[in-house]
This record gives sequence, C-alpha cells and structure tokens, in this order.
Amino acid sequence: MTFQSAAALARPELILIVSALALLVWGAFQSRASVAFTIAAMAALVAAAVASAIGPMGRAFSGGLIVDSGAVFSKVVIYLASALAVPLGERWFARRGMARFEYPVLVMLAALGMGMMVSAGDLISLYISIELQSLALYILAAFQRDDEKSSEAGLKYFVLGALSSGILLYGTSLVYGFAGSTRFEVIAQSMTHGAGVGALFGLIFVVCGIGFKVSAAPFHMWTPDVYEGAPTPVVGFFAGAPKLAAMVLLARILTQSFGGAVDQWRQVLVVMALLSVAVGAFAGLAQSNLKRLWAYSSIASIGYALVGLAAGGAAGIQSMLVYMVLYVVDVTGFFACLAALSRGGKAMETMADFAGLARERPAIALAMTVFSLSALGLPPMSGLWGKYYVFKAAAGAGLVWVAVAALVGSVVAAYYYLKLIKVMWLDPSPGATDAPPAEAVAITYATALFAFPAVLIALIVLDPAAQTAATSLALR
Amino acid sequence: MIIGLSHYLTVAAILFTIGVLGIFVNRRNVIVILMSIELILLAVNINLVSFSVFLHDVVGQVYALVVLTVAAAEAAVGLAILVTFFRWRGSIAVDDASVMRG
Repeated sequence: MTFQSAAALARPELILIVSALALLVWGAFQSRASVAFTIAAMAALVAAAVASAIGPMGRAFSGGLIVDSGAVFSKVVIYLASALAVPLGERWFARRGMARFEYPVLVMLAALGMGMMVSAGDLISLYISIELQSLALYILAAFQRDDEKSSEAGLKYFVLGALSSGILLYGTSLVYGFAGSTRFEVIAQSMTHGAGVGALFGLIFVVCGIGFKVSAAPFHMWTPDVYEGAPTPVVGFFAGAPKLAAMVLLARILTQSFGGAVDQWRQVLVVMALLSVAVGAFAGLAQSNLKRLWAYSSIASIGYALVGLAAGGAAGIQSMLVYMVLYVVDVTGFFACLAALSRGGKAMETMADFAGLARERPAIALAMTVFSLSALGLPPMSGLWGKYYVFKAAAGAGLVWVAVAALVGSVVAAYYYLKLIKVMWLDPSPGATDAPPAEAVAITYATALFAFPAVLIALIVLDPAAQTAATSLALR
Repeated sequence: MIIGLSHYLTVAAILFTIGVLGIFVNRRNVIVILMSIELILLAVNINLVSFSVFLHDVVGQVYALVVLTVAAAEAAVGLAILVTFFRWRGSIAVDDASVMRG
C-alpha cells in the first residue's frame, strides 16, 4: 500500500488535524474569538463528514486504521453532531463573557479522536483515539473556569475517566499478551475456539473500560455529577457523539476480534444492559435537576443500545446504530433547549424552573415535550423507532426476556418524563423567561422536527445505511 | 528460582490493584489520585514489556512508549484541571469535591 492511498483513507482525519492545528495558530494570533473562526471550525468538521462519506474504503497503516461502511456511517454522524456543538457552545460561552478560541479547537480534536475510535483496527490505535477524545472532553467539562461546579465536574470526569482508561489499557495489555498481537484480525485468529482465561480476563477489563466511557451501569456513577456541573452545551456534545463512537468501537472489538467468544461476552453485555435500564429508570425518579435527570435517561438509553449489541448479528448491530443516531439527535436537541432557556440571566435547570413554560415559550415547551416523549419511546417519535429496531433484533437473537425487562424499565421511566411534561403544560409560571438566543432555538427546532415527523422520512435513508454499516461490524 | 513471565505479571497485577485502591480508598488528596493513575499506567507498561520479551514481538515495547507519552499528556491535563479547582476551593482534598450530590 502506497502512502498516497493510506493518506486517502485517512483524509477526513487529516482534514481535521491540519485545520485544528491551523486554527490553533490563528486563534493564538487573534485578540478575541471571531465569527469567521467559528465558521471555519464548522466548515472543517462538515468537510471531514463529506470527505468520509465520499472517500475510499479499506485498511491502512498495517491494519491500524479500518475504513469500512460501519466506520463511514458513524463518522458522518459524529462529525455533523460535532459541527452542531461548535456554534451552540461558542455563543453560549460568549454570552457569559467566556468566549475562548480553544473551544472549537477542542471540539475538533475530540471529533478527531471519535473518528479514529470508530476506525481503530489495532489496540494501540484504539488506546490513542480514546485518549485523544477523552483528554479533549475533560478540558471541555472544566471549560467554564469561573464556575465552581464546572471545575469540580471537570475534576471528577478526569479522575474517573483516567481510571477507566487505565482499566481499559490493562485489559488491552492482557489481550496483547495472551492473543499475541495488537491487531484485531490477528487476535480473532486466536479466538476461533473461544477465549482462554487470560484473554477473557483482558476482554472483561476492556468492556469495563468502555462501559465507563458510555456510562453503562454499574460504571455510571460519574455521569450525573459531570452532567450537572459541566457547561450545558458541552454536556449536549459529550452525551451524544462520544457514546456513539464508543459503542461502535465496542461493537468492532467484540465482533471482529472476539467473535469466537460470543457466548462469553454476551452475558456480560446483557447484565450491563439490564442494570443500565434499571438504574436509569429508578434513580431518575428522585431527580429534580434536569441535567441530572437526563444523565439517568442517557444511562437507560445506553442500556437499550447494549441490548442491540448483545444480539450481535447484523440486525443487532443495525439496531444499535439506528438507536444511537436517533439518541444523539434527541440529546443534542434537549440540551440545546436547556442552553436556550434562562430566567433573569440565571440558567433554568430544576424541574420547578420549567413550570408553565408552555405559556411562556410554547414552541420550546413543545420541543421539550417531543424530546421527552421520544426518550420515553412513545409513538410516533424517533425514540420509538430506535426501540423497535432493538426489540426486533433482541427477539431474533433469542433475547426476548431481555427486551421485555427493558420495556418494564421504560414504563418506570415514564413517570419522570410525563412529570416534566405535566409541569411545563399545567403548572403556573413563576415569571418571565429571557429571550432565547437564535442559534440554540434553531438547533432545538431542527432536532425537534427531526424527532417528529422528519424521522419517518429519514428512516428511509437511515435504515439501509445502517444495514450496510452493520454488515461490516456484525458477527460472522 | 527462575524469574518467569508469571512473576512479572504478578508484580504488575499488584501495582494495578494498589493504583485502583489508591483512587477509591484515598479520601485525602487529589495529587495522590494522580499518582495512583500513574501507578496503573506503569503496571500496564510492565505487562506490555514483559509480554513483548516473552513473545519476541517488539510491538509491545512500542505500545509501552506510546502509553508513556499519553500518560504525560494526561498528567498535564489533570494538573491543569486541578489548578482551576484549587482556585475556587482553596484546597485539593477529595472530600471538598462535593458541591454536587444526589
């Protein structure tokens, strides 16, 4: 393989790294953040999405970089979601006098890490990409330096993130030692008759480490604190795309290198999935802060995605991909709502703050209702379709009881989603809200319209795209 | 006694456990947590290098060098976040990181 063809495979990543470094220099020389700077960062992310959509497929760098349909599908979603996070966060920080040129650059570097995660074909590229993504996200969580909660959130995220990276790394070292290689396809050759004790040990550590990153129970304890403390648009960013990236990475390592040990890892995933759904549903009941509440909601969502992944076949991976994409849109929209709303200059975060929102800002209240119903999985919102795919795949893989148990979790979680809707539409308002900023409102409306009704049209494209993507990631 | 692979793996496992316990049991100081994280990463490096020697495969040592580099970057980011935390709280005690609970 020539260097040119390898560079062509890595073109989206090259675009991102070169433009991130160029923007870093540009930012260092400009006196303060400018609109052109933000637009340039968005343009680079969109260009990376386009480049991955039309680029060639194959393997490069001795198998360290895999560009297949699964990677391309995830990259397009990840880069576009990151492009949305740039203006949302930039304007939010600017209104608080905290505009820094580092924000778009960090989002781009995190996106680069995520793009490499979904393309990783080697334990070393897996580790580097996870760390690139995580280090950028730790800084973003602590980005609001004049806020006590933000720096505490950053610290907690860093400590538990570093622990999870350490656990993951220990697992990869064991896999390397007992399988004899860091390449996924070579590891797969030694796993054809199931994993030995050493490699299985390593696999469990890897699954635990990635479980931390996607905040699956029982590794979720950092999530509520970090989501509550981190700046709202940043939460909208790192609750979405990074989880999709980590789920695709988990799917790739489980199916492509540990496909022979499917019976051994399936039980682990089922346990994690059921625990996540249960924790998300029951612990969410006690929450009054909406950012914490959505942290638990996202834990439950990861539970459903894990059910799809546990199913393992093409249908299972497809359901996981569809579910995660619809989830990313929902969670981006919800946090755009939270970023849009404030009362007397103070951010609205608790359930009580949202009383009577329907009379104040009917359109935003309607959007939040759509997101809540979608997260609940009520027809005809997008969340229903995600769950439909997951349950279909689970039934096909003989995991019906898991799907039914997850459904019971949804019923419990209905309490807090419906309570939020009731508070917004029926309770009296405590006072006027501030005029919402244009970019947050635009993102809110766009994502709400996607959640319903545009999802019905989008699924016509999403369904075959996810199906093609799933063939490259599914168990053989 | 011949020192074999299992001895190296045992040492690494003990170091790893001390590192993980250091994060969970320690209630005093965030710097100690950063040290525990380094301990975990170095335990991994012992694993990687000993596997590399016993497998006659150089990739493990390349991996160990990569881990060292990333560990330096991670410590830099961690200390920077700790400084912003310290500016607000005037302390780096673990128990002081408790504005958010529930």
